[in-house]
Order: sequence, then structure tokens, then C-alpha cells
Amino acid sequence: MTETKLPVQPPEVRVAAPGAALARAPAERREPAAGRAIIDPPEPAVFALDGLNLWYGHKHALAGVTMNYPVNRVTALIGPSGCGKSTLLRCLNRMNDLIPGVRVSGTIQYHGANIYDRQVDPVEVRRRIGMVFQKPNPFPKSIYDNVAFGARVNGFRGRMDDLVEGCLRQAALWDEVKDDLRKSGLALSGGQQQRLCIARALAVQPDVILMDEPCSALDPIATLKIEDLIRELVKDFTIVIVTHNMQQAARVSDYTAFMLLAHEGGPGELIEYGLTNELFTNPRDHRTEDYITGRFG
Amino acid sequence: MTRVEFERQLEVIQEDMLVLATMVHGAIERSMEALRRPDVELARQVIADDAKINRKRYETEEKCLELVATQQPLAGDLRTIFAVLHIVVDLERMGDHAEGIAKIAVLLADAPPLKPYIDIPRMAQLCQSMLMSSLEAFKDRDAARAVAICDQDDEVDALNDQVYRELLVYMLGNPQTIERATYLTWVAHNLERIADRVTNICERVVYLVEGKIGELNVSKY
Repeated sequence: MTETKLPVQPPEVRVAAPGAALARAPAERREPAAGRAIIDPPEPAVFALDGLNLWYGHKHALAGVTMNYPVNRVTALIGPSGCGKSTLLRCLNRMNDLIPGVRVSGTIQYHGANIYDRQVDPVEVRRRIGMVFQKPNPFPKSIYDNVAFGARVNGFRGRMDDLVEGCLRQAALWDEVKDDLRKSGLALSGGQQQRLCIARALAVQPDVILMDEPCSALDPIATLKIEDLIRELVKDFTIVIVTHNMQQAARVSDYTAFMLLAHEGGPGELIEYGLTNELFTNPRDHRTEDYITGRFG
Repeated sequence: MTRVEFERQLEVIQEDMLVLATMVHGAIERSMEALRRPDVELARQVIADDAKINRKRYETEEKCLELVATQQPLAGDLRTIFAVLHIVVDLERMGDHAEGIAKIAVLLADAPPLKPYIDIPRMAQLCQSMLMSSLEAFKDRDAARAVAICDQDDEVDALNDQVYRELLVYMLGNPQTIERATYLTWVAHNLERIADRVTNICERVVYLVEGKIGELNVSKY
């Protein structure tokens, strides 16, 4: 079996016109409940999801998600607990493959290639699409080795010192740790550990960074540092962030997607998607309005 | 999850805004009455009461700021608070225009009347009716009505032009009327500005309902 290579750059940049998602109608696609509130960004897309469904065994967790994620933008996924936003995030780099009994239908195009194609190597997907988790999880190794680890595994042949410094600088951590790179990553503060994890994700030269509630374990000052960092990183990377903190979504993201369960015990659906400033000041769907104004439920 | 306390505070700022509107409506009414009678005491009362209007504006503004700082309002709630913040400023300035009319009432009190007041009271009535209608549109979240109210601003402008032309004829015919006629053009100008500020309120109603900020009544000049 020949392995399908993921394109480094999009062979042809796909620009979706507003409302384009509504015009596409593949056979498997299930129309979102509030299609009119879903407006794909009119910008080149890294990911194009079409009719994405996911089941954990018999449990239908995501239904008919159709949306694009634009290049060099921060897209935030918001919604109440259990609405499928982390599941959706984990679909983007096939992290759900690691959970037994998971089944996915529909497509996720990454620069035009379907990442769920049988011939695509999920390890390569995860190298291109890095992830930062809720709780900082540095390896029990030195700061230097935390950053260098992934690069070594991937057979990095350049100057490792330069790579480590570059990634730590990009993660806004260099000035705080440069004098003691041999110190254990676990000896850093929570906020520093999270930035170390971001530096570690950058070291394998990804294209996209997925963040699953990256600040929920951090204090407000450390949170603001990560948020500033996100705005810096988006110049070079595409970022998708799941957050429970709506103010954070409003502060850091360019686009916001609101998800909700279709009905109690039902699958999560995309309810509204659009520019962050519009979604937070003038949402189109009353369910979005109810959720962001705290009148949900 | 509901936000009972927040909802109550949202109600409070809107009620405060309506109270302020009633105070301004009364100030316009009484300043015109003071001019018509003439009644210096009443005029001085309007001038003194402007401080109450100012105080109410600042109190409401502070409540709005507190809500923004402590409740992180979004979407419709955020638009409500910002609409109230803008409207109380417009109302307070309308109060200043009413105070301006009252000051002229004091200045004109001892002078013989130049002519019977016809168009100026009509302007005042239009302003008062536009003001109350705009706040009803706010309460009912009725953007179409808010847009319609702005058309009345053209009537006020037309009356203002008419008053100006008429007073100009008096001034040209008899230079001794210049001082009184000038004061009356100021009264008409104050009323014309009040109507303009009502259109600002209407713009905020449209923003509140539709989320669109824009000018509803563009100047013809």
C-alpha cells in the first residue's frame, strides 16, 4: 500500500465564499439545524470539514459538522460541556483514533487531502497538526530535552541549539529559562510549563496548533501571557482553540464556532460560525445568544 | 442557568433612562411654558433642575459601567447597555437645550412680546412627541418605528427655517426687534437640536434591535 503524502502547501488555495458551505450538498451531508447562522470565513482554508459525524461506539457524538478553518487565524470552539467541541478538535489531528470504538464519517480535508484517507499516516498528521492540552504536561526531562525530543524523534538534522532557542523564543519563554536550560521542565511554574509545551509542539515544525482549553489550569496573569502568545503565533500558524471561557474566545480568536447538543443525549452540532466580533455582539441564532448571555438551559 | 440579578440590573438602567427621559420631557414643557407666559420663577426652576438631570445621567452611566465591568455582558445585553449609555448622554444634552430655552425666557421676560408664538410651540410639541415615541420604540424594540420617527425631524427642520425667515423679516423691518428676534432664533435652534438628538436615540434603537450602527437622518446641508 502506498502512503498518501500530505501536501506541504495547499496545491490550490481554496477560498470559500460566504455561504458556500450551504451550496455544497454531498449525499452524506446532514444539514445543520441552523445553517443560516453558519458562515464560512471567506479566506483560504487549512481545513474543510464536510458532513463530519463521529460515534463513540453507539453514542453519536458529532453530527453533520461542515465548516472551514482559515489559514493564519485563530478559530475558537465554544459551547456547553459535552457538546462535542473537544471531540471536534481531536478529529482535526486524528487523536480520536486512539480511543477504541470511534467511528467517523464525512471528510476532513487538510490542504485538500482527506486526513481520514486509509493511506494517510496519522503520525504525520499529528506532526503537521500539533496539540496543546488543558493541563501542562512536560516530559520529566530538562527544558532543553523537552523541546528537542520531538525533533530528535523526527530525525532533525540541523543545529539543535538553534531550534531549541528559536522555539523557546517563539513560545515567549526564552528570556525566563535561557540561563538554565538543563533545569527540569517540571520545575517551572504552571504558565511556564504550558509555554514549554507550546515550544515543544513548535519544535516539530507544525502548520496548525490545536489547543484544548490551554489556560484552564492557569492563573489570570499566566492566562494573559498565553493569550498574547496565541496572537503572536497566529502570524505563523493556524490555531484552533477550545475554551470554556467566552471572554477568552472573544479576546483571542478571529472566528468563533458555537456548538450545542441537538437534543438531550443527542449529538453535538455546529449552531453558529462566523467572525468573533459579530458572534459576540450580534449573534444570528437565538441559541447562541442564550448561551453567551448566560441564559442557556 | 439564569442571571436573575443581572437581569434586574439591566431593567434598572433601562428604567433609569426612561425616568431621565420623563425629566427632560418635563423640562422642555416647562421651559416653553415659562417663555409663553412669561414666568421667570418657572424658568429659574427649570435652570436649577438641570442639575438633577445631569446627576441622573451620571448615575445611570455609572451603573452601566459597573455592569460592563462585573458582568461581562455580550450580544443583546451588551447592545442594550451601550444603547442606554449613548441615549442618556443625548437626553442630558436635550436637558441642556431646555435649560437654554429657560434662560432665554428669563432674558425675554421683561420685553414686550415680538409676536404670538405659533411655530415655536409647534416645534416643541413635535420634539416632545418624537422623544416619547423614540423611547416607546426602545421599549418595544421596534426598529421600523424608530426609522419612521426620524422623518419627523425634517418637519422640525422646516419649521426652524420658517421661524428663522420670519424673524429675519422682523429684524430687517425694525432694528429694535433684533435682540428679541435673535433670542427667539436661539429658542428655535435649541428645539431643532433636541429633534436631532431624538434621531440619535432612534439610531441606537436600530442598533439595539439589528446590531447595525448608522446615521438615519443625513443632513441636507
